[in-house]
Amino acid sequence: MITGIIGRKLGMTQVFLEDGRVMPVTVIEAGPCSVTQKKGVQTDGYDAVQLGFDEAREGRTNKPMSGHFKKSGTQAFKVLREFRGDVSDMETGQKITVEMFAKGDKVDVVGTSKGKGFQGVMKRHNFVGGGATHGSMFHRAPGGIGSSAWPSRVWKNKRLPGHMGDARVTVKGLEVVDVRPQENVILVKGAVPGSPSGIVILNKA
Amino acid sequence: MRIIDSIEKEQIRQDLPQFSIGDTLKVSVKVKEGEKERIQVFEGVCIARKHGGISETFTVRKVSYGEGVERTLPLHSPLIAKIDVAKRGDVRRAKLFYLRELRGKASRIKEKEYRPEKKTGAKK
Repeated sequence: MITGIIGRKLGMTQVFLEDGRVMPVTVIEAGPCSVTQKKGVQTDGYDAVQLGFDEAREGRTNKPMSGHFKKSGTQAFKVLREFRGDVSDMETGQKITVEMFAKGDKVDVVGTSKGKGFQGVMKRHNFVGGGATHGSMFHRAPGGIGSSAWPSRVWKNKRLPGHMGDARVTVKGLEVVDVRPQENVILVKGAVPGSPSGIVILNKA
Repeated sequence: MRIIDSIEKEQIRQDLPQFSIGDTLKVSVKVKEGEKERIQVFEGVCIARKHGGISETFTVRKVSYGEGVERTLPLHSPLIAKIDVAKRGDVRRAKLFYLRELRGKASRIKEKEYRPEKKTGAKK
């Protein structure tokens, strides 16, 4: 059995604990997912299952994908993700629901962070920058980016301005605050990468 | 959005009375001391209500032994055993932070004339 599920971030809210503390939670609609393909060492070189999430309307699937879903005998899905692990007890068409998680479990959540566009070094790499006033002429620039005669070039991986965000981000060890199987909803403590309606993957930590 | 609303709605308390800024409240707060739980009453003027929905908070101010004390509590917190409205205040501000500068007689609040509250759903 694999330990992950595909979900959609719905947004954040808060939950009161019994002792009166307020816990910030992210609401994630997770599953139900169907196994659309099973991969094995013989055929593919590794063990994994492909899960489908979020049913696609009829006619919204192109021909190659319709063939793929026809083969698995499931309905069509908008989102497909692969999960590695021990899949000996899993079958194509098997349903995976949010009930695989219980209150108090720890989960790792993978998402795509919000895109920030082209950003300078202060926002992108937390450089401190220079003084704003008192005649300072050095504000948000990166400063020197290397030495002179040696190495006569800029080191690789030098932190410079560039595109920020819109990258795969994993947040580890978030606590499961509540699981609601009727609504396919899971509440996770704290923030999760990406904007509401973004696709996330939950894995048991 | 629908699901988040329903999660919030479950926690919103319906048993609390309606009160507004300027009202004198008796707030019964559950206090846990070791194993025992008792109720502490905090009486003062409601000087602010902030946010809305499940995250709404209110601030109660009283002057205790000449020292101003304010408590801000989440309105829907399970720590609030009950809220009693002792007096309805007649004020013209949404936030009564000016009371912090006033002492004694000057910090009194005019009482609101009694008007029977409209019962919701009584209209048929």
